[in-house]
Amino acid sequence: MNGMLTLRDKLEAGMFAVTGELGPPRGCDGDVVRKKAGMLRGVVDAVNITDNQTAIVRMSSIAASVICMQEGVEPVMQMTVRDRNRIALQSDLLGGAALGIRNVLCLSGDHQSFGDQPGARGVNDIDSIQLVYTANRMCNGKKILHSEEQLVSAPDLFIGAACNPFAEPKEFRPMRLKKKIDAGARFIQTQCIYDVHAFREFMKKIVDMGLHKKSYILAGVMPLKSAGMADYLNAKVPGVVVPQPIIERIKGVPKDRAAAEGIEICCEIIDELKNIDGVNGIHIMAIEWEHRVREIVERAKLKV
Amino acid sequence: MIVAELKLYDEIKSYLEGCSSVLVAGCGSCTSICHSGGLRETESVASWLRSDTGMKVRSIIIERQCDNEFVAEIEHVLSGVDAVLSLGCGAGVQMIAEMYQGIRVYPGLNTKFVGTTHDRGIFIERCRSCGNCKLGSTAGICPLTRCAKGLQNGPCGGSENGMCETGDGRECAWCLIIERMKAQGRLDELYRFTEPVIWSGQVPGRYNWGIGVK
Ligand code: SF4
Ligand code: SF4
Repeated sequence: MNGMLTLRDKLEAGMFAVTGELGPPRGCDGDVVRKKAGMLRGVVDAVNITDNQTAIVRMSSIAASVICMQEGVEPVMQMTVRDRNRIALQSDLLGGAALGIRNVLCLSGDHQSFGDQPGARGVNDIDSIQLVYTANRMCNGKKILHSEEQLVSAPDLFIGAACNPFAEPKEFRPMRLKKKIDAGARFIQTQCIYDVHAFREFMKKIVDMGLHKKSYILAGVMPLKSAGMADYLNAKVPGVVVPQPIIERIKGVPKDRAAAEGIEICCEIIDELKNIDGVNGIHIMAIEWEHRVREIVERAKLKV
Repeated sequence: MIVAELKLYDEIKSYLEGCSSVLVAGCGSCTSICHSGGLRETESVASWLRSDTGMKVRSIIIERQCDNEFVAEIEHVLSGVDAVLSLGCGAGVQMIAEMYQGIRVYPGLNTKFVGTTHDRGIFIERCRSCGNCKLGSTAGICPLTRCAKGLQNGPCGGSENGMCETGDGRECAWCLIIERMKAQGRLDELYRFTEPVIWSGQVPGRYNWGIGVK
């Protein structure tokens, strides 16, 4: 953290921001969160705390967010609509705010069939855009969904949403982003970008639509650890595309050098993303690689 | 139609243990059409039970098990029967159980969904009975039923080549919706925000007192 500046302060002051990611453990050991938070403290402006990512049961995002704050790291509480209905979601927005959480990222969440509870009934009572709308109604309209009564104490959360510029149908993506922003998303974190050219084209449309003036856009990156990971992302992770030249580059180095090459590629990508019109920050997704984030931030000259 | 599947024989048999006389009741409507509770299925379940257990097994087809007037017609075959095995949907099972409260009624089918017939023998889910149909705004494709996440404001970030991120072979409902809306020159309608669904059809007990006109 930069003095007392929050993620929101920095973005609103027109400063470039960097966010990271932290995956809570599959257990109740708070020290795991503390240790990871320690690796990210002072390195990034805020850290996304994932919400049962890949639909695997883990320590709750709200609890891990609070532990992060105790460690001096500002959390972005992720919230998926997969596991909670509108009552629970709103209640957790209030509860999270009461605990001091300032940022929330509204997501659909990975489908439960990917995780360890494939027989679970997905809640999906409202969708991710409706969650943005609900959070915005609560924070800025001071009202609970379906109620006209004014809240006596409404939270003041910085509301975010995700965007995948590369998913199909491509022509609909800018409009879907606009829907999220119109619903109240003040910051956007994108899916990880490997194809900078395609992202640049996407951002041109976003700038033409004026969306960069209504919301802060943080471009997502994910360092590759190995050639196998690149293949896996392409084959198995919906909506992620690693272009062939990058795969070949990482395949071209000896195995024990692959991770370093991955970081090198990541830094080069960040370098290009930084200079794209409408990009206000970088979101580094390096789950289980939290200890390498400092190196990436330093080498890519992302001064926090 | 309501689409249902025949339960495994062992499960059916386990329900009927200790019975000496059973009536297997098929249904002449939905479950006949989806080949799970029609004449053929009813007779074959009855003959398995007969040959395998030695129970006295009779069979009958009720024209519509979910209709009290048709279910009233089976009264004459119920004397001496310990249990009814219904090959109707869950509504049919409940209709019989309600009208003949002294007799045990067991389901022989697993009721799956409200769907349509495609190729012969292929039935596809099409409606989750949300209670507030909005099909007009999505070109007749139901995202609550056909999108794996029931999204109402457009596709998630996982669709690829028109397929859903679940990778279970289903098409992405939102890709289909966008395509059809585009073909109808209505894509701009999808740019509007859709408010949260009022799931009146999904609140258990909501319609216990019924709906309709007297
Ligand atoms: S909108 Fe509701 S009623 Fe209409 S098809 Fe979908 S689930 Fe069924
Ligand atoms: S890929 Fe399409 S059908 Fe599957 S969850 Fe996403 S939007 Fe829904």
